Amino acid sequence: MVEVSEKLAIEHGLKSDEYKKICDLLKRTPNITELGVFSAMWNEHCSYKSSRKHLKKLHTKGEKVIQGPGENAGVVDIEDDDAIVFKIESHNHPSFIEPYQGAATGVGGIMRDVFTMGARPIANLNSIHFGSPDHEKTRNLLRGVVKGIGGYGNCIGVPTIAGQTCFDESYNGNILVNAMTLGLVNKNKIFYSKAAGINKPVIYVGSKTGRDGIHGASMASAIFDDKIEEKKPTVQVGDPFTEKLLLEACLELMAGKSIISIQDMGAAGLTSSSIEMASKGNLGIEIDLTKVPCREENMTPYEIMLSESQERMLIVLEEGKENEAKKIFDKWNLDFAVIGKTTNSKNIELFFNNEKVAEIPIDFLAENAPIYDRKWIKTKLPKQNNFSKNQFKSLKLSECLNKILMDPNIADKEWIWDQYDHTVMGDTIQKPGGNAGVVRVHGTNKAVAASVDSSATYCHAHPLTGGKQVVCESWRNMISVGAKPIAITNCLNFGNPEKEKNMGEFVECVEGITEASKYLNYPVVSGNVSFYNETKDKGIKPTPSIGGVGLLTDYKKMMTMELKNEGNYLFVIGKTEGHLDQSIFARNILSEFNGPPPEINLFNEKQNGMSVLNLKNKNLIETCHDVSLGGILTAISKMGIKSGKGVKLFPLQGLVNKFEYFFGEDQGRYIIEIKPKNLENVENMLKKDSIHFDKLGLVEGNKITLENDLKIFIEDIKEGYKKWLKEYMVN
Amino acid sequence: MKSSVIIFPGSNCDRDMDVALKKFGFENQMVWHNDAEIPKSDLIILPGGFSYGDYLRCGSIAGKSKIIKSVIKFANSGGLVLGICNGFQILTETGLLPGILQQNKYLNFICKNVFVKIKNKENKYFKKIKKEVLELHIAHNEGNYFCSSDELKSIEDNGQIAVTYCDQAGNDDEKNNPNGALKNIAGIFNKDKNILGMMPHPERMIDPFLSGEDGSLFFENLIESL
Repeated sequence: MVEVSEKLAIEHGLKSDEYKKICDLLKRTPNITELGVFSAMWNEHCSYKSSRKHLKKLHTKGEKVIQGPGENAGVVDIEDDDAIVFKIESHNHPSFIEPYQGAATGVGGIMRDVFTMGARPIANLNSIHFGSPDHEKTRNLLRGVVKGIGGYGNCIGVPTIAGQTCFDESYNGNILVNAMTLGLVNKNKIFYSKAAGINKPVIYVGSKTGRDGIHGASMASAIFDDKIEEKKPTVQVGDPFTEKLLLEACLELMAGKSIISIQDMGAAGLTSSSIEMASKGNLGIEIDLTKVPCREENMTPYEIMLSESQERMLIVLEEGKENEAKKIFDKWNLDFAVIGKTTNSKNIELFFNNEKVAEIPIDFLAENAPIYDRKWIKTKLPKQNNFSKNQFKSLKLSECLNKILMDPNIADKEWIWDQYDHTVMGDTIQKPGGNAGVVRVHGTNKAVAASVDSSATYCHAHPLTGGKQVVCESWRNMISVGAKPIAITNCLNFGNPEKEKNMGEFVECVEGITEASKYLNYPVVSGNVSFYNETKDKGIKPTPSIGGVGLLTDYKKMMTMELKNEGNYLFVIGKTEGHLDQSIFARNILSEFNGPPPEINLFNEKQNGMSVLNLKNKNLIETCHDVSLGGILTAISKMGIKSGKGVKLFPLQGLVNKFEYFFGEDQGRYIIEIKPKNLENVENMLKKDSIHFDKLGLVEGNKITLENDLKIFIEDIKEGYKKWLKEYMVN
Repeated sequence: MKSSVIIFPGSNCDRDMDVALKKFGFENQMVWHNDAEIPKSDLIILPGGFSYGDYLRCGSIAGKSKIIKSVIKFANSGGLVLGICNGFQILTETGLLPGILQQNKYLNFICKNVFVKIKNKENKYFKKIKKEVLELHIAHNEGNYFCSSDELKSIEDNGQIAVTYCDQAGNDDEKNNPNGALKNIAGIFNKDKNILGMMPHPERMIDPFLSGEDGSLFFENLIESL
């Protein structure tokens, strides 16, 4: 037997005062299995010890919310008896060490979170962030991550409908892989993880347990150093085929009435799943580890409890339903074992070869887990830049546009999403590359829109504004496809919370997210936190990823961003002040990296968005695209490239110079296309609502023109926009 | 008309196929791989997906499954058997169709719309389709068709090439070859043309709100020709 000491506890990622607390609580020294259990439950990834205090502030309620944070995933009402279960989760650390398996198991894990609740997954999304394209690791990491996401999702047969890919040198040593899944469930048949009743059988189903992924959650709670390659064994290995079987088997079992509660074995495997179920039900749990199906020989209780082998579930069944359930898992060729029972002891008791190998009161692991009120500092709003006329003098609109369309953060990502099956299930009505992905609710007139957004540059410059901005951007994406925004899920990727600056970024981003989601009635229903995205003292930019979900009651009214008809008018909804600080233009063309991000005015944001939705519901607009990174000219270029149609821009009114006007990243704006016959009607409605709008131009020909200032063929800008990533990946 | 869609563990286009068949008037039933017998059918479909995880080799384990004996018997007696994507891979593994499907030339999974040219209309699958070029959808990692030069000569001589990848105008040259398939082959028949295997998914193109509608032409013809 291994002797447990403070040194060993520290090797498990615990702090010395945490170890002391364990000994105090137990009134003895834990044995090795118990130490393993504590370290798995008390690490940052599982305990949220640095973030919990602040996450409490999130806006999580709303009339559409059926289940907020705290379950396997959030649930929202989409009318009739339908509900959408969704969540986003990070798999950053493993994906950097082993990109294919890391990303693949990230997708597998989030899908399990969703079908654990009784929902059939209907769409996958992802947000992936890589280091600078020039960094030696970026290309291979990108290739591996994309292959991993595709390899898993494609095999399961769930379409990957939207996503986001960003490059920034702050991710050179810590890439981000955030995966999101949406599932469809009957709102009267949702399954939860809370166990109930004593002496109920505890069932293990799915794959066998191996030695892979031991301490995965602890690894995800640590910063990287030179020895990360040694951590490869802590990365789990995915088997999407087994997951597909597990999905079908679980849904088949869920159609009956034998399940009391169900929980997937994700981070910290059997440890966290069993403890969470018991803790939520205020019960005890007894497990005989000898009965756990193992893939490898001579696995110890410690290894069995900490393994993060994939594609496994823990179920508390009604008594006497074991045979009925077993039949289903036999049909799908999956392991099924009764491994324990619920008890009234309020302890977790582990047995191995008829010997008790661990006994810990469950509230020591859950409620008594440490919570930290970490120190943090505010980020001041940076000073605005005063760009001089000289800086614009030698610039040409067309050259700037071409350069921006080839910027890695703007350029077309077809190379990526061609590798994801985005049409399986036969309900994808808006594919990747639009404002949001849209899938029909099978067999109904409804559709669900979803997107993922992040704006690390803005969050880095001013976390509070950045936090608000990401939520607003997500909201705009929903509006742009004609969906009513319902709720969001957030994946909060940050650096080391033990550093005041990083902690401050977290606190203020959460504050921004909360403020915006409250104002827009766009609540957070699920999410996760990923801290310690830091390598050798260098942390990532604060990167909250927001996954948004919206509802279209009539899918035939969905909007797209392709320009539709020659002679139609284009309006910009929302005011353009020409905010260049932190824009792609400032960074890429002017090489200016300082300054504040564009301001968020929540009042205008809401008014503008509701007004666009209103116009759409009255069938007055043909096309909609929100204006984001790269400003107006980038937005209309993308609309032109998608449709092959050009735009004749009207001469500029007002004082804003043309670079500021066309590349400024002011918020709360949309470009809409209007038929001439609806023009007056639209203008009147916008004036009545006091919405600011500019008449931007007309859909015309095959080029973008602006008096003598700009004449550029859509074909030409398309080439650069489409080729950057493809060429980058070939080289 | 009665159709049967076989479900293997890992099939994932079975529901999409069921939806499409029913939409165009088939009375469709789903058949589990472990069943020995297939109910009376006019058409059997092996759907897309990753049967048995596509472990070992795509379609190989399904090619040895319990139900497949009945499929072979049905095909050999002249019954119509259609394999889409993984179904095509399974048909080559059983030997019902010649050749093999290798990994795509550029080693990536490809999901996108493609055009295919109909090469032979003297069969129930394409007889009444008026168009020469269809826009369909592919989603596969192993669709790179290959066979020996003797086999190629034989399938060409017998008019067994069903559809080839091409552009909108019908040029089926190397430039319009998404996956490296020999002669741009996207689908082939057996000698008697009662068995068709093809990589593109007509069931994903049956609605103007999806990727397109040319899949409807395929199913409309099928129900009419049977």
